[in-house]
This record gives sequence, C-alpha cells and structure tokens, in this order.
Amino acid sequence: MSFQIKEQDKKYDICIVGSGAGGGMAAKILSEAGLSVAVLEAGGDYDPAKEEYKTQLKWPWESPRRGAGTQRAFGDFDAAWGGWEIEGEPYTHKDGTSFDWFRSRMLGGRTNHWGRISLRFGPKDFKRKDQDGLGDNWPIGYDDVKPYYDKVDKLIGVFGTNEGLANDPDGFFLPPPKPRLHDLFVKKGAAVAKVPVIPSRLSILTRKINNERGVCFFCAQCNRACQVYADFSSSTCLVKPAMQKGKVELYTHAMVREVITDEKGQASGVLYIDKKTLEEYRIGAKVVVLAASACETARIMLNSKSKTHPNGLSNSSGVVGRYLHDSTGTDRMAFMPQLVERERYNEDGVGGMHVYSPWWLDNKKLDFPRGYHIEYWGGMSMPSYGFGFGMDTMRKYLTDQMGKPTANGGYGASLKNDVRRIYGAMVGMSGRGESVPQYDNYCGIDPQTVDKFGIPVLRFHYKWTEHEVKQAKHMHDTFEDILTGMGGVILGEKPKADTDYGLATPGRIIHEVGTSRMGDDPKTSALNKYAQAHDCKNLFVVDAGSFVSQADKNPTWTILALSWRTSEYIIDQLKKQNI
Amino acid sequence: MDRRENLKVLLTGTVATGFLLSMGCGQDDKQKAEEIIQSGLYGRTPEEITQDKKLMSETFFSAKEKKIVSMISDIIIPKDDTSCSASEAGVPDFIEFMMKDYPKFQVPMRGGMMWLENFSQATYGKPFIDISPDERISLIDKIAYPDTADADMKFGVHFFNLMRNLTCTGFFTSKEGIKDLGYVGNRPNQWDGVPDAVLKKHGLAYDQKTLDQCLKISDQQKIAQWDEKGNLIG
Repeated sequence: MSFQIKEQDKKYDICIVGSGAGGGMAAKILSEAGLSVAVLEAGGDYDPAKEEYKTQLKWPWESPRRGAGTQRAFGDFDAAWGGWEIEGEPYTHKDGTSFDWFRSRMLGGRTNHWGRISLRFGPKDFKRKDQDGLGDNWPIGYDDVKPYYDKVDKLIGVFGTNEGLANDPDGFFLPPPKPRLHDLFVKKGAAVAKVPVIPSRLSILTRKINNERGVCFFCAQCNRACQVYADFSSSTCLVKPAMQKGKVELYTHAMVREVITDEKGQASGVLYIDKKTLEEYRIGAKVVVLAASACETARIMLNSKSKTHPNGLSNSSGVVGRYLHDSTGTDRMAFMPQLVERERYNEDGVGGMHVYSPWWLDNKKLDFPRGYHIEYWGGMSMPSYGFGFGMDTMRKYLTDQMGKPTANGGYGASLKNDVRRIYGAMVGMSGRGESVPQYDNYCGIDPQTVDKFGIPVLRFHYKWTEHEVKQAKHMHDTFEDILTGMGGVILGEKPKADTDYGLATPGRIIHEVGTSRMGDDPKTSALNKYAQAHDCKNLFVVDAGSFVSQADKNPTWTILALSWRTSEYIIDQLKKQNI
Repeated sequence: MDRRENLKVLLTGTVATGFLLSMGCGQDDKQKAEEIIQSGLYGRTPEEITQDKKLMSETFFSAKEKKIVSMISDIIIPKDDTSCSASEAGVPDFIEFMMKDYPKFQVPMRGGMMWLENFSQATYGKPFIDISPDERISLIDKIAYPDTADADMKFGVHFFNLMRNLTCTGFFTSKEGIKDLGYVGNRPNQWDGVPDAVLKKHGLAYDQKTLDQCLKISDQQKIAQWDEKGNLIG
C-alpha cells in the first residue's frame, strides 16, 4: 500500500460527493448548464435494467433464504446494497443512547429501494417555530420552493390527486391507481375514526412522462428497483441521463475522507480513498457539493479540519452534526375475519400503498406538537420468508368447519388449509411523524475509532423527547380506532409507556436530516438559505443535512427541489464570478 | 420506451410467465429465462455470492437429523389433494440452509431434536425415527398445541413452533407452495381495481370520485400533460 497521494489528471468545475437524490439532481442541473462535473460514489455502479443487478420479478425460491433479511436488511431481493451495519464501516454511540444509521453504498444510494412516497412540505412545515415556539423556522418558505417542486413533479413524475389541502400542497400529478380491497376497508374504518384517506403520492409512472422511461406494469416491487425505469431512482432518472450527455464523470468505490481547502479557506477539491486499491486520490474542483447523506456529509465536514477551519469545515457555529433528527414511527396490525378465504386475483398494484392519511388534526387541541401521516398495508402480496409464521398464535382467529375456534398451533392437512385461508387477511398501518429537532441530538467524530479506510467514524447521541413519545401514543390510539372501525381483530398488545409506546429507535425510519442546517445567522447555522456554507463560499450541501426541520413528510421530494434550487444558485454565482 | 420495448426489456431478464408466453415469446427467450433461474444468480454482489457459496458448502444437519426434519416437516405439511408434501417441495434443504444463514436457529433446533429424542426413548424406548407413525403422532400431539400443552412440554412446544414456522414458510415460498396458494402476481399486469364480483361479495364499491380521478389503463402510453394549475389535460 502506498501512502503517496495521487493527483487525478482532471480538474472539474464541480465535484459532487454522493449520487443519491441530492447529488443526482445537482449532477443533472449543473452538467446541463455546461459545467464539468465529477460525481464520487462510495459504492459500486448500479443499473436495475442490467442482468447482473436484477432482482425484480424473481421468485422467492430463487433465493436460498427465500427472501429473508439475513443478508440485506429489507430482504434478499431489496435493491439496497448496505444496511444498518456495513462491514468495516462502524459507527458508535455516546452515553448509551441509540441511533441506527442506514447507508446504501451504490450508485443512486437509498433512492434505489425507498418507498417512493413523494410529499411536498407545506407552508406550515417551513415555519414551525411560529406555530408552537419549538425549534426554528427555515430561512425560506413554501413559496421559495414551490417552483422547484413543480419542476420536480414534471421531470420525475409522481401520482396523486389535487385535494386543495392547506399543508399538503397540490402538484402536477399523474393519476393514482385504484385502491386495493383492504384500502376500501381502511376507508370505512377511517371514516368511523374521522381520519381522512386520500390517494397516495408516489413517484411511480402510472402514465408516460417521456419516451425515455417505461410505465408501471404493476408488480408491486419498486423496492427492488425497476428495470423499465418506471419509478424514480437517482441513478436511472438523473445520473445516467446526465452522463449520457457527456459532461459528467462518475467515480465509483470512491470513499471521500475530506474536503481540501486552500490557504484562504476556500474548497479546492476532495480527497478520497479508492476502496478497491486502498490508495488515496485528490480531485480538484472550483466548487464542492456535498450530497453524501445528512450524517456522512457532517462526517466529511467535521473531518475536514485546517488552519482556517479548526473546528471542521464551515463549522465556526459548532452546529455541524447537531440537530440530527429522524421521523417518528410506530406500527400496528390486525386480522380481518371478512377477508378469510379470499378470492384470488392479481392484487400486486404499484410498489407500496395506494391510499394514505395526511395529518388532519390541530395541535392546539393536543398534548404534543407536530403531526404524522399514516401509511396502510395489506393484501395478497407475494409470499416471502416469514409468510406462514405465527400459526401458534394466529390460528385461534379461524373457525373450523363446525364454526368452532381452531386451537393455536397444530399440524397436518387442516393447518395447511388454514394457511391458505388466512392468506391476504392481514392489514397494518404505520404512523410517520415529525419530531422536534434538538441541539443535544447529534453525530460527532468518535475521538478513538476509525473505519477500515482510516477515516474517523461518527459517534451518535440521540434521545427522543416527551413530544415524540406522546405523538407515538396518539398514533396507537388512532390505529385502534381505525382498525376497530374496519372490523379488524387487533393483534398483539398495545405498546405502553415502558416502550415509549412502540416509538421506533431513532434512525429506523431513515429520514435523518438537519446536521448542517441552513439559516440566516452564521452563529446558529452552517449554511445560508441557498445551502451555501457560511464560512466557505464554494462549498454547498444538497442532501437533507440542510433541513431545519423534517416535516411529517418523507424528505426525498424536498431534497430534490432544494438541490435543483441550489444548483441554479451555483450557476448564477459562477456566472457573476462570486465563487 | 414503447410497450413492445417495455416487454422486450422484461423478457430478457425474467421468468417466462404465461402472460409473456402468450405474447409470442420465442424459444431463445424461454431458454435464456431458464438459464437465469438455473444459475441461481438474482442480482447478487460478489460478496454475497461468496457468502452464499460458503454457506452452501457447509453441512449442518447429520443424516439422522435431516431425516427427523424431513419426517416432522411432512407431518406439518402433508401431501393433499392440492399439492405435494413439505419434503417433496424441498423444505428440509431450505431449513438446512437457514440453520447456517441464521446461526441463532442452531441451538434451539438441534437441542429441540435431542429433547424429542430423549422424550421418545423415555416413552417408547426407541429413537423417534424408529417408532410407529401412530406413536410419533401421539408424541407430536403433546407439543403441537401451545395453549393447552403441559407445563413440562414447553421445551418441545418451543421446538415444534420453530419447525412449524420454518416448514410453513419454506413450503409456501416454494414453487409448489405458491401455486397451491393461488398467488397469481409477479408478472406484468394492468391493475384496474378490485374485480366487480369481489367488490359485490364484500358489499363494497368504488365511489364516482375515485373512479374519475384514478388511472384509466388505456391512457398509460399517452404522455401526460398539465395546465398551469396542475390539472391533467392530456
């Protein structure tokens, strides 16, 4: 192994670190403006249309583990390479707190397997402090971002419906798919519980938006990545098209250690380790754009110490890594006696839910701030590892030919038949809500641990507050109302205070944001309202690190809109020779 | 990409389903699809291929243990009028693989079989594989019903629950099992809602608003256009 740092021949106008939603969008917009762009990705190349990568339309028996999640966190056919734990790339925790960090090491990052839930933030989401006095307002509002949401809708495609809701804005939607059978029961139950249910908003092409991408053929497998590009992933919709136009060069297996700065403290490029050869390389650029994911970007900034940036790059405020926050989440499921012995038909539909419930209540009448949305699931989906489990507790819900309850457990022809009878008779729901960002929830550099590339790793400190715990409690009350209202037999015990009402461990919802937040005051924020670093004018962050608060919406659509906005600002500032 | 190209892309990399065959899929395509299935490669990374090969090269169960697993899995999922038994569907091999893939199964599985063996010896003076089918069933009956089993049978109940879980999931994720279950997806489809007869059976219907706003399948290939307010106009 050589410790000599190798200079790459090429210098670029722009060096982008990361190829997920934020990096992909920046690569497209900046390269189309004529700028030369290098994209550095810490994982391998990936294209779901290529034979060697395909998991879509495979059968469970093609996997020796029948799709179990022993190798890939979300199952053997899931598209994500990586997971909560990656060999040789550890992270640690402070004071016994918990945070689980999901990373995808591949072109397109986590956009390859996500749920495609594509929700705009609403006007209230940018100004939460004005409403509840907690946290901070964003330095921008919905009107600043709306034009970019509009453009993202048209460029990438999202189905949904214009409902005229105050904080769940309308957009440019493709038509949604019709509800599945369990969705119609959900609607009934939700009506009893006075919870609205509307068509979901997912970035899946139910109709064509151009001649480059195919349309959805309803296999319900978006998490496996689509070989006809009918769903959004950064690799298929942004990076690859940008590369075909010739101004983008992709470096895979390139693990960025730090941003290099010149004597004035301006970024001059990045230093990365080639994971295949373990050699270090340097890439020069006029502008550095970080899009490595909120936490990885904070890690790079904190590891980029220099004379002018002794506290880490553009961290004179000390907020880099702080205000880390994930969505809240908890789930419940029920057995639907009405759906026993269902008639069989192809119910696959699109990948994910066909309907959902946006937040509907007024927090002034509640004991917690911020809201949540509800995702619904169920139906006759493809059996995978785990299907048929639990007959030792579930079978009692079935009656035998004499109309008597069946004994739990058992064996033989009657058990075999009961598994058939119960297929497709489960429904479930998941609440996904907004947490309140906290200064004391953070990721920092562990002073004594490095990964296998010698790069100091992140150490997390994260605790939920009473706000999130109370919200989770409310979710479970709502779930029970809906499930009871739809005639379901609720399974399992309702979680209680001892488990924070089933509130998921921070990081588990994979919506972590806020670690290099934007703001007008350089003393309390790392970036300005264009996601430009306060202390380093040619450094930008286009992942969710810039978020001041994560709404009860999934972050991807906002990452895309803000990355587009920042990219246009970079082009403008380069033209004006301000950077 | 038009519909034909859409299908072409699909054909090159997937199981030749009935739907595709009816579209006039050639012998070459069918053969290629077969090869992909035979290869067992389904989008694996090099690290995953190495790991799976390693697991497959190891053997966990002894010949006798494998025989017990096979016997019990067929008691749990026997052959019936619709489909074959668990062992015929390859369940024992799947369970063998899971022991290595998820090592936490190993002690409860091996220990559970030892417990059963002791139980059989204590009751009939013979190993489990050598007692009569009726005797086997009378032992299984003592551990198959968790809610009513005797307190001193709980070890056996725990073991049998594990066997039941792995057998059911192994069977119903096999080719035979999925056919038996009647799952008809995992192929190109046109989702146009719940069939009318099913809606009627459950006393449900799509309201007019839903029908108006949802996708019309015949529009799928038309490029979407909106007015400035976001209304679909084409």
